[in-house]
Amino acid sequence: MTVTLFVPCFVDALFPQVGINMVRILEKLGHRVECPEEIACCGQPAFNSGYWDEARCVAEPTLKRLKNAEAVVIASGSCGAMLKVFYPQLFENKPEAAAAHELSHKVWEFSDFLVKKLGVTDLGAKFPAKVTFHDGCHGLRELGIKSSPRKLLEKVEGLELVEMQDAETCCGFGGTFSAKFPMISTAMGEVKCTSAKQTGADYIVSNDSSCLMHVQGLLSREGSPLKTIHLAEILGGNQQS
Amino acid sequence: MVAQKQIWEMSMTEREKILGRIREALTLTAPHPGTHGRHEPAQTFPGRPVQSAKPWLPDGGETPEEQIAHFRAASTDLKTDFREAADEAAAMAILKEIAQAEGWKKIATHRSELTDKAASALGLPKLLTGGGYDKNEMEACDAGITECDVLIAQTGSLIVTSRSSGGRALSVLPPHHVVIARREQLVRDLTAGFAFIQRKYDGNYPSMISLVTGPSRTGDIERILVLGAHGPKKLTVILW
Amino acid sequence: MSSHSQEFLDQASVITRDLRHRGLIQTALKKYEVARDKRKSAFGDWQSARQAAAETKWEAINHLDKYLTEFADKLEARGTKVHWASTGEQARDIIVKLIAEKKAKCVIKSKAMTSEEIHLNDAMEKAGFEVVESDLGEYIVQLRKEPPYHIVFPAMHLTRDEISDLFQRELGSAPTQEPEELTMIARRALRKKYIEADIGITGANFAVAETGMISLTENEGNARLTAALPKTMITLLGIEKVLPKMEDLALFLPMLATAGAGQAVTGYNTLYGGPKQADEADGPEEWHVVLLDNRRSLLLADAEQRDALHCIRCGACLNVCPIFRNVGGHTYGTTYSGPIGSVITPHLRGLQNWKHLSGSSSLCGACTETCPVKIDLHHHLLQNRRNASQEEPSALEQFAYKVFGFVANRPGMWQVGKELARMFQPLHKFVLGSKLDPARTWTATRDVQPVAPESFKEWWRKNKSGK
Ligand code: SF4
Repeated sequence: MTVTLFVPCFVDALFPQVGINMVRILEKLGHRVECPEEIACCGQPAFNSGYWDEARCVAEPTLKRLKNAEAVVIASGSCGAMLKVFYPQLFENKPEAAAAHELSHKVWEFSDFLVKKLGVTDLGAKFPAKVTFHDGCHGLRELGIKSSPRKLLEKVEGLELVEMQDAETCCGFGGTFSAKFPMISTAMGEVKCTSAKQTGADYIVSNDSSCLMHVQGLLSREGSPLKTIHLAEILGGNQQS
Repeated sequence: MVAQKQIWEMSMTEREKILGRIREALTLTAPHPGTHGRHEPAQTFPGRPVQSAKPWLPDGGETPEEQIAHFRAASTDLKTDFREAADEAAAMAILKEIAQAEGWKKIATHRSELTDKAASALGLPKLLTGGGYDKNEMEACDAGITECDVLIAQTGSLIVTSRSSGGRALSVLPPHHVVIARREQLVRDLTAGFAFIQRKYDGNYPSMISLVTGPSRTGDIERILVLGAHGPKKLTVILW
Repeated sequence: MSSHSQEFLDQASVITRDLRHRGLIQTALKKYEVARDKRKSAFGDWQSARQAAAETKWEAINHLDKYLTEFADKLEARGTKVHWASTGEQARDIIVKLIAEKKAKCVIKSKAMTSEEIHLNDAMEKAGFEVVESDLGEYIVQLRKEPPYHIVFPAMHLTRDEISDLFQRELGSAPTQEPEELTMIARRALRKKYIEADIGITGANFAVAETGMISLTENEGNARLTAALPKTMITLLGIEKVLPKMEDLALFLPMLATAGAGQAVTGYNTLYGGPKQADEADGPEEWHVVLLDNRRSLLLADAEQRDALHCIRCGACLNVCPIFRNVGGHTYGTTYSGPIGSVITPHLRGLQNWKHLSGSSSLCGACTETCPVKIDLHHHLLQNRRNASQEEPSALEQFAYKVFGFVANRPGMWQVGKELARMFQPLHKFVLGSKLDPARTWTATRDVQPVAPESFKEWWRKNKSGK
């Protein structure tokens, strides 16, 4: 099938390896990948801040560009939720409402796409390390993704997955929240890091780079040896550093 | 009474204002629960939702044996002192034993079949709540002995009312509340309990109906359980 | 920025660094979580039970006029006086006048968040009456002259030592480390008050329309005593408390207790349907029920967020909320804190002054997931943000989103943006975290992820595009 990979703005600029690994994995599985260059953002920052008109300005071209896609895979659970759950709300009673609903049905978060749509769990990856998985809230609660990433990790050779306490508790990123309420965001992140450290893991893995950016920012600042890595980087066997 | 009349008149016009605002607000329809941001339609119910809910709630057991077992387990959990007796004589013996062990000097109780038996078995001085009583005197009693309407297996609770259990305070003011009941009074769950109350009183309800689950408790200090916060420190249920 | 918003930020800055507070709250709520999960596992199907509860409240709230009238008429038929108050001020007036008319000296109260909402204690004290809170947690915070920290656990922010110090100071009791002994000190002090008090004031958890009764949930027995001993009883409740039928309690009592405190059912759940009846031994001679609107009908008019009136005040959303767990209850500066407070306070007290509470959320959705009546809490926060921005947009923010949107979806400009960022990036370290740092709210505590030497799209153009 032809998979349309939507690489959101921050993954494009800050975490290109995540997208590159996704392309490689999907191609290895025999699919054609296309990546629309003319869209970069789902409009979530404006939407979450309450600027729905501005969000629609960003979302409209995205909606249009993805109209004819067979399946849309998004490189972030959070942006996935934006397209799948919030576009229908954003365009409620607007001419684009039907298009938003239609798109919603073919949008997938990456790990869920592999497991639920393609029925793949074993990608032949190797990653000899102890890891713990952080559930990004949008993926977990808006999209209901809990088991897919774990099924994929289970099949990675040499990888040991240890669940942390309160794995489902928010890391504190929350988009613009992290800048508008940095003290709360930081405290939440510290609680998350403490839970992760207690597992003795070498890596925090997630299917959302935005959470990892925040958590890694905290860990680097305190000089912790604990590292973060995106699921796709483990599965694609092609790590950033 | 003049003040009351004024208040009442003012509040009658407020009644119409509030209801008016409500009616106006309700001209818009709200989405049903569980439909927000979801694609599938939300679960719906054939009748009133609570009637479908029975199997989803914690259960109280099918047979009388299962129900007793549930009540027993719940009592242990709640720190209710639950005593099962073979017959009436055994029940009264248990009661006397407790009275002796705790050195009761005076009890508070009400007139009813089972409490009358209890009072005469004990033979202690007693305060009867029937025609009114002195609050300080009741506070000084060692135990309040009452009947109850039903016992609920699901939760280890019992229901007392202001009519069947000697008023509002008797089951909560003395430091030890003792309930005397018969096995037939045990019902499966809260649904059955409320249905029983509705059947029994048939619209003519007592002014207070209280579902009592364990002795008085609090966790307000560091979430540590302490019994006897304001109500009874002990709850004993004697059943035969 | 409203002064409330500034205060919130200031207090949050202090308390999020208070590791003692953080530990205390985490420990208390961990205990709650363990108990709650154990109780939830006794349910045949918790999710379906939630839906049933939500539908029941939907029915009640969407026919509020009918059920409220039924409730009030049934109550009055059995000798209760029902008062209607559009505003908090009216409710305070009604209650203060009643107390004055009774020439009461001492008023005993059981826990009622609605009375906190309208600052009833202040009003009664100003009018010269002694008011004693009887719920242990409420009693403690009253002695400290503080509002409750949490709608269900009012004193959860205090340690036994602090409470012991407080009792020594205020009640002259001996120091003790034992929660049991502390509880008994309060018990002894309050027993006298129940017997002396002329007036008992309670709240209500549910208003059963079918039978014209209120249902009061508590663990301690203080509400039972408050409703039994004083000659006059006054109950204050919000108009949203209605349930259609008595049988609904069979669903709501276990759900409230499980979600709220990890109990199968709460210690005492008591229905009151009138003052003392002719054939009864005791109870108040008069019972006044005050029904409070206080802008609830405004929230009702917002169909999108109407389900916020389904709230049974179990406190579960506070308990799971990572914001609440880090800033604590007092930082909100509101009667209702946590997610539900952030949703309804803008409706009850003004959107522009309280919109920061809706902003202060990572939108993680833990609240919505836990709410026993399925209120769409975190999406309502989004709607509040939308409504606030529509009403009073911040010019700067709006401009920023316009520019970002313009740039992001134009490949050429997006490319230029990334290159500019790469160019200026090396200079960032000179201002990092300082006042001049444009990203200081981030960099004060977190390192920055640099723009990659080759972005995804650059890689794609080089390796894939057209191949
Ligand atoms: S919003 Fe829901 S979870 Fe929060 S207090 Fe109300 S009922 Fe409980």
